[in-house]
Amino acid sequence: MSAEQDSTTNVFFTALDGVINWSRRSALWPETFGIACCAIEMISAGCSRYDLDRFGIVFRASPRQSDVMVIAGTVTKKFAPIVKLLYDQMPEPRWVIAMGSCAISGGVYNTYAVVQGSELLVPVDVNVPGCPPRPDALMHGFLLLQEKIKRSRSGRHIPVRDVDDVPVSTGKPPPQ
Amino acid sequence: MPDAALLNILKSTCDRFIVDSFDTTDGFPCLVIERNNIVPLCAQLKRHSDLQFNFLSDICVVDFLPKIPRFEVLYHLYSIPYKYRLRLKCPFTEGQEIPSVTTVWRTANWHEREAYDMYGIVFSDHPDLRRIFMWDEFEGYPQRKDFPLRGYRDEYNPFGEEPDWSEDQDWSH
Repeated sequence: MSAEQDSTTNVFFTALDGVINWSRRSALWPETFGIACCAIEMISAGCSRYDLDRFGIVFRASPRQSDVMVIAGTVTKKFAPIVKLLYDQMPEPRWVIAMGSCAISGGVYNTYAVVQGSELLVPVDVNVPGCPPRPDALMHGFLLLQEKIKRSRSGRHIPVRDVDDVPVSTGKPPPQ
Repeated sequence: MPDAALLNILKSTCDRFIVDSFDTTDGFPCLVIERNNIVPLCAQLKRHSDLQFNFLSDICVVDFLPKIPRFEVLYHLYSIPYKYRLRLKCPFTEGQEIPSVTTVWRTANWHEREAYDMYGIVFSDHPDLRRIFMWDEFEGYPQRKDFPLRGYRDEYNPFGEEPDWSEDQDWSH
């Protein structure tokens, strides 16, 4: 272990990580942004029955105040520049949840007009499969994102996204 | 079954425009017409006091690719006062223009823009003929039979077909 690595794993940095990650994951503010039918489930998740507010997840009306973008619906190629713009307007650190089959892979819309997975557009942190996913599945996605933030080493400068950083999925992998 | 009164009126008033007529299983009387007669015929169907086809419910296009004539434009009309329905079929070959019926029904504006966007059908005398669904830079007409089902490969569509621009593809009509 080199001296440089050693200095980034000492008690000061790990404690700092703990504080920063705790504050980040406890107040995830998603954009008020829905594209298709998944947005209805996202709205349900935010309303009183499922109540995302109890996780500190409060929908914000501006991407400049948000940390998370929930891509809730089919991203068409015509709409792709707008999704990209909203992602670029979010201040770092920022995370992306791809909600539903269409946002993950294009879903049933393997056509000329649909982006075949949001991963081709913006870096995705959590995939929430379903068509559409139930609000509990979206809540699970948020909890997984919180776990991911908990593990990140935010006290040091690290690249925004590693090459090997594959998205987490709330579902089981498909049978081979 | 189509209304006998409707058939009689159609026969007496618009006979000179009708190339062929038949009844379909869905109960629509169906008239085959020549494309240059479409505007005077539609105006007459709308104005005739015993017909009053005042609602253009849809304009569809069918692409019969190997066949000639290749395209067929269908107009679905509805008479709100008499509750008549009528279908007009207008076959034409690729490259021909078809007169716009926006002067008869203003709603035809967007229906014809859709037909232009999806099939590349040019409506002459249309006030604003541009794409309605696809973005302006989109190449090709996606509902045509010779357009690949999954589109062309690009950064957002890795499963599309490789675009072959060497082949002379004339999208102008």
